[in-house]
Amino acid sequence: MHEATESAHVESSMRAIFTVWFSLLGLTGVEVFLAYQQLELKLMLALLMGLSLIKASLIVAYFMHLRYERRSLAFTLIPALIFVVGMMFVIFPDSIRILMMRVK
Amino acid sequence: MASHAQEITGPELGHETEWSGGANPYAIPSKKLGMWLFIVSDAITFSAILIAYSYTRTSTEVWPRPFPSASIINATVMTLVLLTSSVTMVLAVRAAKMGFRSRAAGWLVATLMGGVLFDVLHLHEWFGLIHEGVTPWSNPWGTPQFGATFFGLTGLHMTHVTIGVVYLAIVALGTVRGKFNADDVEVSGLYWHFVDLVWMFIFPLVYLLSAKIG
Repeated sequence: MHEATESAHVESSMRAIFTVWFSLLGLTGVEVFLAYQQLELKLMLALLMGLSLIKASLIVAYFMHLRYERRSLAFTLIPALIFVVGMMFVIFPDSIRILMMRVK
Repeated sequence: MASHAQEITGPELGHETEWSGGANPYAIPSKKLGMWLFIVSDAITFSAILIAYSYTRTSTEVWPRPFPSASIINATVMTLVLLTSSVTMVLAVRAAKMGFRSRAAGWLVATLMGGVLFDVLHLHEWFGLIHEGVTPWSNPWGTPQFGATFFGLTGLHMTHVTIGVVYLAIVALGTVRGKFNADDVEVSGLYWHFVDLVWMFIFPLVYLLSAKIG
């Protein structure tokens, strides 16, 4: 191991960790602020989910260190997850159909 | 990064690129890969119940919004506690990698205390709702699915936090006794950060979208 580069990496990554921490706290604040705005539900949902995906990515990349692993690890794990979750949404439009049946 | 990967696998194994496989294609310990695979499967579990919750909510005409500002503030504090416990977890991994065993155990204990605080605050919220008459089968607002999805989702997450607290306590003890090494601390950290990550979706979907405004 290169001791010097290793400790330099640790120092710079600690700075990154605290930057990420403040970003996550800030994004949480934005989400709570949004919750009290009179926005349309769909727009609100899109904004909140967008912010949550950013937060999740920051946690995975920095706290869970995936950014610094071999890229093959991320390419093995992430597309499979996205595919499976995407497949779950295939049935989702049915919920709107059920709502329409109930409203009638 | 390339040189780092090469150091672990060694040029003698004969791979030129990270896609050529070999004995250690990801250049991480097996237990770390195991935890990553568990996390992906657990992420799918949580995705499934979050989507089921969203499905139920979409197909219901009127969904209750029972959370007053006090509940939103409580849930926000819970979020801050969990995010902060992730930072102490990173510090635990860092201390362990530097070989400071008792310092690593100290940060682990700080992290699990965050988990305990999170559970206490969440149970406070739960008992408040139960006191208002919310059960998994019924509630005063006439949409029984609310209780089923609320307690199901947050209950599964709370179970994860509680298991995490026990897991971190075991790792902290093992680290002090020299039974576990820095890799074990790192693997427990992956689990803890994942529990934090899941809350980043439950918090807006369950609490923020059901805030009682005005």
